Amino acid sequence: MDNTTPTTTTNVENSTPIKKKSGGKLCELCNVARPVLKRPKTGQMICKECFYTVFEDEIHHTIVSNNLFKRGDRVAIGASGGKDSTVLAEVMTLLNKKYDYGLDLFLLSIDEGITGYRDDSLETVKRNQQQYQIPLKILSYKELYNWTMDEIVKEIGLKGNCTFCGVFRRQALDRGAVILKANKIVTGHNADDIAETVLMNLLRGDIPRLQRCVNIVTGSEGALPRSKPFKYTYQKEIVMYAYFKKLDYFSTECIYAPNAYRGHARDFLKDLEAIRPSVIIDIIHSAENFHFREENKMPVQRNCIQCGYICSNDVCMACDLLKNLNSGLAKVKLSINLKRKDKDNNNNNNSNNNNTTLSNQLVIEQK
Amino acid sequence: MKVTVELSGGLELLFDKKKTHTLEFADKDEIPLRDLILYMRDNLLKERAELFVVDNTVRPGILVLINDADWELYDGIEYIVKNGDTIIFISTLHGG
Repeated sequence: MDNTTPTTTTNVENSTPIKKKSGGKLCELCNVARPVLKRPKTGQMICKECFYTVFEDEIHHTIVSNNLFKRGDRVAIGASGGKDSTVLAEVMTLLNKKYDYGLDLFLLSIDEGITGYRDDSLETVKRNQQQYQIPLKILSYKELYNWTMDEIVKEIGLKGNCTFCGVFRRQALDRGAVILKANKIVTGHNADDIAETVLMNLLRGDIPRLQRCVNIVTGSEGALPRSKPFKYTYQKEIVMYAYFKKLDYFSTECIYAPNAYRGHARDFLKDLEAIRPSVIIDIIHSAENFHFREENKMPVQRNCIQCGYICSNDVCMACDLLKNLNSGLAKVKLSINLKRKDKDNNNNNNSNNNNTTLSNQLVIEQK
Repeated sequence: MKVTVELSGGLELLFDKKKTHTLEFADKDEIPLRDLILYMRDNLLKERAELFVVDNTVRPGILVLINDADWELYDGIEYIVKNGDTIIFISTLHGG
């Protein structure tokens, strides 16, 4: 397995999965309790208590070995009410206490304005706020962009709507974090999500994104740094953790999201995983070790001349999309200005236009 | 025999939004899990069967627990369901 970023604190990576029935068998870690789970990463059969321990310790290890946080950081947890972010809120709260990280944690939810989907899941986030006793900020597309997704879909239909949502959400998280005076954002993207994204970028030949999609921290070039503490955590274990701990999460697919391409990548990955469970971590490991030629350097980042958001063109994607939506209408002023760099500093970058298409821009953060 | 099946993670939406179902098979005292799953597809499921069963087993990405433990500890689809068992199906395929 991976030498530079170990994914587990237990020393079992090289053991071959054991294929025996568990009838009467005991947990391979404590040799006391009944196993409840076969770990996809290692094939180990472990009991509930040992599972909690290794699950949490591995995430702690990922956090520490990648220096994701410093004492005193104000960390906004992107919270959708779904399984990943609910488990993330639980584990971040727990590790912050257990290992005394010294972090101020916040829940940050984006309300896209999707009736019957986001309004329900936000109720889950509100219950999480009570449970974990950490402040919650809900920021809506309506207040940021003056459009709800319901209105956008009414306007443009079901083609390209996910593009709007993806671009808007990414920015909205940054803007919400600024409101919370947070200096970092964490999201619940897990190993399965990242492996899917690697496959999609590979299949599309999107070299810049293929290059950065396995980074555990992104955005540190100018926007707030965003990290993925679940980068090496299997979806199966996240769902099992939520199930055994009886965590309260919301699971309904977005009513507007066919996202067919990712769906195919996901099905393909799940088929492979059924045959060879390590495939997910193996894909991530492969992508971490790709070497790219110099000319494939990422586009230079600068600030949107309209709203100040970090981007790689004169105008950011959100402003561009909004212009189309509002064509003829008054320009929507974004309420928060991110740290605006001196425009002159960026003039020398203006020749560096990237012509990536809209849909390609989105692969990294959606799931 | 009596078996309890539970559906969550969004799977319940295919089953009339009902999370817990109790099944009785008066003429049997055990049933292969595969047969139980096909029975559920043919008798309980209301829509989009392909989101539950693929190639005569549960669709990859759906976790199965047998009496609160990972089915991979119990031969998976080859498990023989017994009277009083609880079988839980959790979809992991929904957004997080």
